[in-house]
Amino acid sequence: MTDVAISTDMLEPIADVGGEAQPLLQVKGLTKHFPVRGELFSARKTVRAVDNVSFSVMKGETVGIVGESGCGKSTTARLLMHLMARDAGEIVYDGMQVGRSLSLRELRRGMQMVFQDSYASLNPRLTVEESIAFGPKVHGMADRAARALARELLGKVGLRPETFANRYPHEISGGQRQRVNIARALALSPRLVILDEAVSALDKSVEAQVLNLLADLKREFGLTYLFISHDLNVVRYISDRVLVMYLGEVVELGPVEQVWESPAHPYTRALLAAMPSSDPDNRTEVPSISGDPPNPIDPPPGCRFHTRCPFAEPLCAKDTPSLSDLDTMGHQAACYMAIPGSGHSRAPARARGENAA
Amino acid sequence: MTNLVEIDNLNIRFTGDRTVHAVNDLSLSLGEGEVLGLLGESGSGKSVTLRALMRLLPKRRTQISGSVTVLGQDVLAMDDEALSAFRGQTVSMIFQEPALALDPVYTIGRQIAETVMRHEGKSEREATARALEMLNVVRIPSAKRRLDSYPHEMSGGMRQRAMIALALACKPKILLADEPTTALDATVQIQILLLLRELQREFGMSVIFVTHDIGVAIEICDRVAVMYAGQIVEQGTLRDIVRSPVHPYARGLLASTIHGARRGERLETIPGTPPTLDHAPTSCSFAPRCGLAQPRCSERLPPNVQVAPGRVARCILAAPTVVAT
Repeated sequence: MTDVAISTDMLEPIADVGGEAQPLLQVKGLTKHFPVRGELFSARKTVRAVDNVSFSVMKGETVGIVGESGCGKSTTARLLMHLMARDAGEIVYDGMQVGRSLSLRELRRGMQMVFQDSYASLNPRLTVEESIAFGPKVHGMADRAARALARELLGKVGLRPETFANRYPHEISGGQRQRVNIARALALSPRLVILDEAVSALDKSVEAQVLNLLADLKREFGLTYLFISHDLNVVRYISDRVLVMYLGEVVELGPVEQVWESPAHPYTRALLAAMPSSDPDNRTEVPSISGDPPNPIDPPPGCRFHTRCPFAEPLCAKDTPSLSDLDTMGHQAACYMAIPGSGHSRAPARARGENAA
Repeated sequence: MTNLVEIDNLNIRFTGDRTVHAVNDLSLSLGEGEVLGLLGESGSGKSVTLRALMRLLPKRRTQISGSVTVLGQDVLAMDDEALSAFRGQTVSMIFQEPALALDPVYTIGRQIAETVMRHEGKSEREATARALEMLNVVRIPSAKRRLDSYPHEMSGGMRQRAMIALALACKPKILLADEPTTALDATVQIQILLLLRELQREFGMSVIFVTHDIGVAIEICDRVAVMYAGQIVEQGTLRDIVRSPVHPYARGLLASTIHGARRGERLETIPGTPPTLDHAPTSCSFAPRCGLAQPRCSERLPPNVQVAPGRVARCILAAPTVVAT
C-alpha cells in the first residue's frame, strides 16, 4: 500500500476502510467529568474536564489542540486512546466504532501516543531496544523480528542502533529519549499518532530537531498527527487545522492560517496576543487578558469565558453558544459575537451578504 | 556607570561520584537599573551562576573559584551572619516553582511579615502592614483577604505574584529571577512579565533574569548573555543579539526558534547535543556542533573578542575591534 522504506517486516497496519474522504478519527460529544470531594456537608463538585467536544481528523492531516492548563487537552488525548473511560460520546476510527466493529486491541495498533515526560513513559528496567520491541511482541511478532524492527526504527528516528539499542532510558538525553518514544509508537505501524506535549520538555535546539523528524516520519510512514501543545508557535508550525480549548470546551476551530489571521473568539485573540514579542522595539505593553484561567471545578454557566471576556453581555452568562460556521472553509467559533442575529450587540446582522464585521 | 555586580573568572565545580564543571571562567557585570538576561539551554550553567551570586549552592559538594563582588562586598568571603543579612535585603531571588519556594504551612502574610521583621527589625504590626502594601504592589486582588491565604489556596499566577511580593518586601537592590514565568500559562506569563518590568522601573532595581525562552528575554531584558556549556559565548545589548548574533551557537539558537517559521519549511537546527561537563574546557565547547569549525577551534580556548563596545563573543571567527583578555 504505502512504500515504506523499511527492510524488516513491520506489523500490517490496520487496513484503510473508508478511503480518503472518510475522516480517520471522528469524535462526537466527548465528555468526561471527574467528581471531587467538596467540603464537609457541601454538595459534591464536578470537574468538567472535557465537555461535549466534537471534531474530526482527516487522513494525512495534522490537527493541533491548544489551550492552557486545565482546558482538557490532555484528558481528550487520554479518552481517545481509551486510557480512561469516557462518560459520554462517540469515538469512531476510520468509520469503525471502537468496541463494536473495532476491538480495543486493534485500536491501539491503529493509534499510538507520545507523552510529554520522556523518562516517565519508558520502563526504566528495559533497554531502549526492548521497549520498542515490546509492543510488536505483544501483538504476536517473534522476538527476533521484533528486535530487528526496533533497531531499524532506532535508525529511522536518528539514533544509531549500534550505540543506543542496549542503553537504558537513564543513560540517554531527553531529546534522545523522546526519539525512542516516537520509535516505540511507530513500532505498531499506527496510522494516527497523538503527540501530547511531546516536544514541550525539550530545549529549543533539540525541539527543532524533533519537529523536523516528525515531519520526515509523517511523510515516510503516511501518518496522521493529533498534536497537543500549549506552545502556539509550535502548533502553528506543524498543524493544518487547530482546535482552541477553554475549560473543557472547544471555543474555536479551523485551518491554522484562518485562526491565526482572523481569530473569532475573544479567548483565541487573548491567547495569541499573550505570545511574547519577537521584536525588541515592539514589546507587549498591555496584557491581553487579566487574571488566571478559572478553576475547571464548577465552571461558570453560559459561555465559560464570559467572566474574563471584555465583550461579555448578559446573554453570554445565560446560555452556552455552540460552534457555528464563520465561512465555508471549516472555520468555526463558539461565540455570540460570531453568530448572526444572536442578540449580542456586536453580532453580525442576520441577513446574508450584509457586511458582517 | 557603576556596576552593582562584578563577577570575574568564576569557576564552579560540583564534586562527588563524578566532577561536573558547571561554570567555567565566567565574567559578567550588572549595572544600576539594568535587566540582564542569562539565556541558554538546560545544563548551560545559567541557574548555577545565579545561585552562586547568593551562595545558595551546597557547600560541601561545590568548589567555587574566582570573585563575586556585589556592591563592593566580596560575596564568596561572607560568613553566615553577613550572608543572611545580604540575602533578602541586598539581593533576593524568585524561582520557577512558587509552590515549592513558598512555605506551605504559613500564610502568605506571615511569610512576608517574617522577612520584614527579621531584616528591618520592625514590629509585627508594621511588618503586616508592609505585607499588605506588597500584595497591593503586585496587584493581588482583595489583598487584605489574601494575607491569610496559604500558598495552596492560590492559583499559579497568584502564587508567583505572592513570591515576587515576598522577594521585594525588603526593597532589595538586586533581584535574581530564575525562570519565574516558565511554569505559567501563556496568558498569565505575559502578565507577570509586564508586572516585573513595571516593578523594576518603579523600584529602580537591577535584575538578572535567567530564561531559556528568547521571547521572554525580548520582553524584559536590556542586555543578554548567551550561555553554552558553562561559559558565556556572547554578550551584548538585547537588540544586537537578537538582530545580528555573532557566535555560531547564538545564531543557531535564534534560528531554531520557530517564531514565524512557515509550515512545511524545515527548521534550522543545531546538530548533536551539548557536551558533558566532565572536564574543564580546553578548546571551544561548541566546535563539535559548529558548521564553521576549523582545526584551530579544537586546539585552544577561543579568546573573548570585543566585536563592538559592550559586545563580546567567544569565537575565533568574530571580527575583532579590540581583543579583550
